[in-house]
Amino acid sequence: MIPSTISTLIAIPILGVLVIVQSSIVSRIPLIQGTPDLVLLAILAWTLQKKADTAWQWCIIGSLMVTLVSALPLGAVFVGYGLATAIALALRRRIWQIPLLAMFTVTFLGTVILHGVSWLALWLVGIPIPALESLNLITLPGILLNLLLAIPAYGLLHELANWIYPEELEV
Amino acid sequence: MNPSTIRTVQTVVFILIAVGIIALALGGYLTPLSRIVLFPAINAQSWLTNRFQTVQVLLSAPQDTTRLRQENAELQLEVSRLQSQVIELQQQLTETSILSALVDFARANPENRYQAAAVIGYDTSPFLRYVLINRGSDDALRRGMPVVTQQGLIGRIDAVTATAARIQLITDAASTVNVRLEPTEAQAILNGQITGDLILEMIPQDSNIQTGDLVMTSGLGGGYPPNILIGQISGIRSQAQDLFQRATVQPVVDFSQLEIVLVITNFQPIDIEPLIPTPES
Repeated sequence: MIPSTISTLIAIPILGVLVIVQSSIVSRIPLIQGTPDLVLLAILAWTLQKKADTAWQWCIIGSLMVTLVSALPLGAVFVGYGLATAIALALRRRIWQIPLLAMFTVTFLGTVILHGVSWLALWLVGIPIPALESLNLITLPGILLNLLLAIPAYGLLHELANWIYPEELEV
Repeated sequence: MNPSTIRTVQTVVFILIAVGIIALALGGYLTPLSRIVLFPAINAQSWLTNRFQTVQVLLSAPQDTTRLRQENAELQLEVSRLQSQVIELQQQLTETSILSALVDFARANPENRYQAAAVIGYDTSPFLRYVLINRGSDDALRRGMPVVTQQGLIGRIDAVTATAARIQLITDAASTVNVRLEPTEAQAILNGQITGDLILEMIPQDSNIQTGDLVMTSGLGGGYPPNILIGQISGIRSQAQDLFQRATVQPVVDFSQLEIVLVITNFQPIDIEPLIPTPES
């Protein structure tokens, strides 16, 4: 089986478990009102792996799973995760030599974008949420928690990438 | 005297001497003598026994250590098993007490039919306040059914699958509940907030509301059945120039500790949207 197929297939149990953990544990223990987004972190960390060529597959699978359990307006999760993945891919091409810096940058930008898209989608369906309040209570704590978890997420996904795409020895 | 007679006499004499010694011993007359004779013997035997036991312990010690370690491991395993059993039983006890309270609530409100369900998750988005339960359309749950705990109202079903359902909590920013206040009978609208607080709006200025007044569903709008407790007024914001008063509500339900909930299955929500006049009409 070719590595890209394996990496797409393995996304299903990994992201599935992360959605379950997110819903049953992480969402119950917020910091102020913000929570880390494990699925976003996994997608971003996978996208930043140099050898990984299935970033969009991970993005779509993750979005689909989160959409199934979340009451966010349809499409908001796809747009949010999609934009975050696009930014991560763009950054990977430019600063992939410093992966941790790239991970911190895309985590920050990805969280802001995802929350911005969520806020906008809720506003469009007639649920006005005070912008400043949501920034202070949800987005800033969420960014902090995501940044704290960014390094372990990157490390774990890096190991997974090394396992799926082993180094080829030149003879 | 022939030899057999001599042996018989000797035997009788020996027996008499033996009986005599035994009689003297039983009478305590030989104690000083026996002490003198037995003391060195007892000491020697004690010394020998001690040395033997020491050697025996020395030789059998490794086996004992192994056995003790094995026993220790077994006991630790037993302790762990018992500890997990205790935790499991405590959990069962908690669940039983919750179920008991829910049964009491259901008995106190016999006009409704209930379906108990366990909360299995929260919405992944921090902007929303929804919970997932482990009952769905297979258990006759439908969209719009109100959900309560033994304390009071928590929300209503927003989406249903065959085996699960999603509940919009009354603390969600998009939630609106028509309520009445006790004892003033004033009508108001209860809105959720992004912070998880509950705000009462549209309270008439002439209503003399007080902190501690009860907030209950009014049944207006057809979204919820009437007379379900929600909470108490915890603060009032009233200004003379405003058309309405506002108030904060302390809910009776702890929304961070939801475990088991009751869905009211015999309540049919009424969609009054077609009856609301639009600017076009």
